[in-house]
Parts: sequence; C-alpha cells; structure tokens
Amino acid sequence: MKRYTIFVITENFIGILNRITIIFTRRGINIDALTASESRLEGIHRITIEVTASEDTVIQLVNQIEKIIDVIKAFYHEDESVVYQEIALYKIPVSRLDGGLEKIIRQHNAKIIAAEPDFVVLELTGHKEQTQELLEILKGYGLLEFARSGRVAVAKRMLTIDSFVK
Amino acid sequence: MKDSMIRGADIVVRSLIAENAEIIFGYPGGAIMPVYDALHDYHDQLRHVLTRHEQGAIHAAQGYARVSGKVGVCIATSGPGATNLITGLADAQIDSTPLVCITGQVASHLLGTDAFQETDVVGISMPATKWNIQVRRVEDIAPAIAKGFYIAKSGRPGPVLIDITKDAQTNFGEFNYSKCLGFRSYRTHIPVEKSAIQEAAFLINMAKRPYLLFGQGVVLGEAEEELKAFLDKSGIPAASTLLGSGALSEDHPNYVGKLGMHGNYAPNLLTNQCDVLIAVGMRFDDRVTGDLKRYAKQAKVIHLELDPAEINKIVKCEVAVLGSCKDSLSLLADAVNVNAYPDWMAKFQELADQENATVIQPDLKPTKAGLTMGEVIHQINQYKADDAILVTDVGQHQMIAWRYFNYKKPRTQVTSGGLGTMGFALPAALGAQMYDFSRQVVCVVGDGGIQMTIQELGTIMQTKAPVKIVLLNNNFLGMVRQWQQMFFDKRYSFTELDNPDFVKIAEAYNIQAQKVTERGDLQEAIEDMLIHDGPYFLEVVVEKEDNVFPMIATGCSVEEVRLS
Ligand SMILES: Cc1ncc(C[n+]2csc(CCOP(=O)(O)OP(=O)(O)O)c2C)c(N)n1
Ligand SMILES: [Mg+2]
Repeated sequence: MKRYTIFVITENFIGILNRITIIFTRRGINIDALTASESRLEGIHRITIEVTASEDTVIQLVNQIEKIIDVIKAFYHEDESVVYQEIALYKIPVSRLDGGLEKIIRQHNAKIIAAEPDFVVLELTGHKEQTQELLEILKGYGLLEFARSGRVAVAKRMLTIDSFVK
Repeated sequence: MKDSMIRGADIVVRSLIAENAEIIFGYPGGAIMPVYDALHDYHDQLRHVLTRHEQGAIHAAQGYARVSGKVGVCIATSGPGATNLITGLADAQIDSTPLVCITGQVASHLLGTDAFQETDVVGISMPATKWNIQVRRVEDIAPAIAKGFYIAKSGRPGPVLIDITKDAQTNFGEFNYSKCLGFRSYRTHIPVEKSAIQEAAFLINMAKRPYLLFGQGVVLGEAEEELKAFLDKSGIPAASTLLGSGALSEDHPNYVGKLGMHGNYAPNLLTNQCDVLIAVGMRFDDRVTGDLKRYAKQAKVIHLELDPAEINKIVKCEVAVLGSCKDSLSLLADAVNVNAYPDWMAKFQELADQENATVIQPDLKPTKAGLTMGEVIHQINQYKADDAILVTDVGQHQMIAWRYFNYKKPRTQVTSGGLGTMGFALPAALGAQMYDFSRQVVCVVGDGGIQMTIQELGTIMQTKAPVKIVLLNNNFLGMVRQWQQMFFDKRYSFTELDNPDFVKIAEAYNIQAQKVTERGDLQEAIEDMLIHDGPYFLEVVVEKEDNVFPMIATGCSVEEVRLS
C-alpha cells in the first residue's frame, strides 16, 4: 500500500464526478481526498484524487476511470513524481493567543488571515505531514475548528493537457 | 414560431428513424406520453412492440440487438417504468449489448421535488450503463440520441440511457439531424501495434501446446472469418466461452469444446497443460477460470482485446494485443507458421472420449425412464435449421442447452451470460424473432425462469412472433437444487415448485401448446413444433433431480473439473 495521486482530465459533464467515485466505492476503496477544478483549457476539468492502495489496484482504477466516456485521460503518480500542496485553516480563540503561540506560527510559517473579536484564523499551506503537525500542536491551544483541502497537484513530467485533447 | 419547428417528442421519433431503428420495444406512461403520441404518426416507419412489462421490453431489445448486430431500442415512462429497466441495463452492460433506452422524466421544473413518478434514473442507472444523460431542453434531444447510438454501438458496445423531461418532449424545436461520428474524450479505434503482433507470433511459433480461447469479442468485432482463417493456418485447438459460442462452427476441426463451470472436460482441464494461451475477445470471467491462483500458471498468455481495462484485470499476460480482434487476428494469421499439433489434439480427443462415455451418452441417449434435458436438445439438433437461434434462460437447462446445441452460425446464441438473469429468455426470444420472422428461434427455459416474465406470452400472442418455446420442467429451481445436493447436504430449502398447468396458460394466450412426459412422444413433438407456422409452446417434463456435469465447483481449479 502506498499513496498515489490520480489525475483525471475530463469534459465538464454533469455527473462525471459520480461516475468516477462509484468506481472506488464499488471496490470498497476510500478516497483520501479529491479536488476538482477547471483546467487551463476551457471546458476541460481536472480532478485530482489521492488514494492509498497497491499499485495494481491503482492501475485498475485508472483503467476503469479512463473507460468513462467523457473522461479524456486518466493517469497516476507516486508522491515523488508530483508537486503538490494542501491548504489548512485553523480557528483559535483569541484568549489563547500568547507569545508561545506566536512563536509556533512563526516556526511553521503559518499566517493569520482573519482576526475577529473572539477568534483568529491561521492558514498553513504545505504537505499533509506539515499541516498535521501544526494541528496536533494547536489542539493544545483550544482549537475551535479545523479544515484541510484536498491535494492540488501537478505532475513533474513534461506533458501538457494539450497533448491529450485532440 | 417557425413552421419548421416540431415537438420534442417528434424529434425523438425522427431521430430514431434517422438512426435506422426499425423496431422499438416499450411501455407507455405519463412522462413518455408525448413520444407515444408521436409514434402514432410514424408507425409506418418505426414499428413499436408493446411488451407486458418494461423488463420484457429491454430484454426483447437485447435479444434483437444480439441477433441483428444493431442497436436495440426500448422506451419507458419515468419512475417505475424506468426502474423496471435496470435489470436489463445491468445485463446489457456486463454482456456488452448495444442498447439505447429512452425514458420519460417529469417536467424540468419539478426535478428534485419528489414529484409524482419522479426517480433519479440517471443516478440509479449510472453503474449499469456505458453512458447516460438527462435531456431537459428540446434542442438537446437529437444530439443526445445521436451521441447515444454512437456510444452504444462503437468500441466495446453497451447500453445507453437517455432520460428526457416531459417539457423537452412537448416544447418545439428545429429538427436537423446529424449523426455522431466521434468526439475527443472517446477513442473507439485502437490501431494494432506491429510489435505486439510480432511478439505474439514469436511465442506462438515456438509453442508446443498452444491453445486458443475465444469469447463474444469475436462476434462483437465481426471477426468470425478471421478466427477461422487463423485456426485453419495455425492448427491451434480452440475452445469457446459461453458467449463465444456461435463464433466458430462446432464442426470446425480445431474446435475442442466449451470452457467454464459446466463446459467440457478437456477444454477446462487442458488449460493447465498448454504452454501458450491465446485469449481472444474474452475477459477471464471467474466462471471460466475457477481458482485463479491455479489457472494456467504454466502458460504464457497472449490477450487479444479491444478494451484496455480488460488487460491484466484478471490474468496477467505476457503479450497484450490491443485493438479489434478482426484486425489483430488477421495480422496474427499472417505472422504465424502453418502448423499442426496432432499429439496435443489427441489429448483433447482422449478426454473428450471420457466425457462422452460418462456424461454425454447418458445425457443424450438415456437408458433410465425419466427424460433428460440433454435428449431434448439432441432432438432439436436433428430438426433445426443451421441458422436457428437458441435463446436460453438461466439454470440447468441453460447449461445443458448450451452444451448440446449444435452452433454453426454467428449470432445464433442468445443468453444472459455475465449477469445470469432469470426471466431473460422469453422476452429475449421475442426480440430475436422480431428481427426476422423467417428464422427459427428456439427458446429453452426452465419452470422457474419462465414464471419471472411469463406475461410476455401476451406480447408473443399479439405480435404472432413464431417463437418456439421449450419449457424444460423439472419442478425445481434446478440449478440451485443441484448446489444444495452437492454442497448443502441435500437440504432442499425452498427450491421445489408447485407449478401451474403451463399448457393451459399458453393456450389461454392462444398459443398452440403440447406437453410431453414420455420419451416415445418427444421426437414427434419437436418435429411438430419446428414445422408449426406460428408460436408454439412445448413443455417437456424432465427428470426432477438430474445434475449438470462436468462441473468445476466453486473454489476449485480448472484441472479439478469433475465428471460426476
Ligand atoms: C433473477 C434471478 N434470481 C435468482 C437467480 C439464481 N438462480 C440461478 S439458476 C436458478 C434456478 C433456475 O430454475 P429454473 O428456471 O427452473 O431452471 P433449472 O435450473 O431448473 O433448469 C436460480 C434461482 C438468478 N440467476 N436470477
Ligand atoms: Mg426448473
């Protein structure tokens, strides 16, 4: 079992996300995270799926995804061959803001992106291990709320979407 | 409004006509009524068959598609009409049958409100379709149908569902139809790679005991001639999967029989003795492979396959030859040597003789009192036409009919393979017959399965489709009973049936019927049936507790195929 990133380049077709996710649910495979966004080309979407599985399984998944009529291309990468980021937001009560916390924010390169009378919101962008580490620490500071995005990623390989869209 | 504008419902019908649909199977209801209204105007160009249940409509469309090679079309209303199609969609999906199913849907402003007969059909049918779409605007109807037909028929075929809201059917729009010729996300033609052919030919030319397995891909790819030519030249023995039957005449000298749980003895057993295994248009179903860990481990596998997702899905192959097997088989035929394998062939013959002595003769020429299913099929073989179509349901009779029917022509085999849908046969036979009234269509069905769709006798009555229905009545859900006998200590839990008087039922539908209980009456009854002009119902009361052999029990390896 390893962590893989599956990239799906697809037409923007209603229901496409459904068709993709049932491929996972049917096999009882959990999606660790999923993000969908527009691509550089109009009308074409890209979906990034993070999954922990054996390579054999991932190959099957990718083959099945690519079989979907409106999917243009699907492929997968190991973590080493993608550049990726996740964003995490942490909501902390103002009452807990002190010198210690300030130091932690600085050390982790987190940012305060909102300050309200009762709470502040910190933001950290990075890999899951990094955002997770900060999460564990902030639990000791009365963490009120936490949210983490799925992975946004690009492959290191020099292939562009255009080569699939012909 | 311009004069050239027509109703969405008319666009539906004219689009179907533009796709050369000749016949559609369906059942009306509120949300599809505008289309039914339009059908009234075009009945001279597009024939509609009213089945007695939507499941009957879709199985009929499947039967039609399987024998014609064309896209089967069926229509149904929203809600319950649409959900009644689901079994057929799943069946067509797993057996790669091209279908376009059109369902009515509530008006678009009611979507998502739990309106009367609203069901999320697109959602429900998603895993059971190759593609589906909801159409909410009149201008999207024709393009959706064009795309639907293209997707259903091209590449690896499959079912498509198009859900059309009632307002799209009643609004007016322009009709100018253009057929779909392809689009960027969907690749249908995969050119065969020369290097793959060379690698495959190299392995084949070196092989001492090569063995070819063919499946329905040969029929779907219309590669029957290419398969025959390849076998003629290479001299390689070949065996068929359930849905491959018909792709090669069983009289062909290289033909060694059938694969799978109830296939023939030699083809299963020798899978584990070949050195090169050539799989053509088949997908290594678990009913074919038995225990995978002990399946053809000694062999180098060459897989000729159109669908990339099938490569290495079940059995890892040495050489994958992607592309239509029509192309790959003919390229491969050019690249292999003329050869013959007399010793290897003799092994098949030796085991076939054993099977013949222990299983086939007692099945076909029984000495015990009770009639066997096998002898019924044997008698049908004596009188059937070469191109007779055999439609079967699911169970013991299916396996026996498949084992003993003498397949000679392509597209003469219609059965529910991947899904094993009881109730398939009667409506599928009707659909097959609607394609061509001059062909013999023999529907072999069990006493359990026929009662799942027996209402379609009404459709047979109304269309006068001359289907020959052979009911093999063992008063049991026989296949399940066999498993209970073999694996559950003969605890016959809810498998014995109290059956109605089937002949009376058939006669109530005005279908000529006969019941045979004695061996002496069988031959004449079959002759009577096959020469009868019109539908015919023949009930044959067979031995209650006969079993189907050979058999590869669940969890066993192909080489553990048993003769008793
Ligand atoms: C819709 C459906 N329900 C249940 C089954 C499980 N099943 C497979 S064969 C069989 C028995 C079929 O009995 P019958 O139609 O009398 O045929 P026989 O085996 O006796 O020839 C059953 C219940 C099935 N295949 N399909
Ligand atoms: Mg029965």
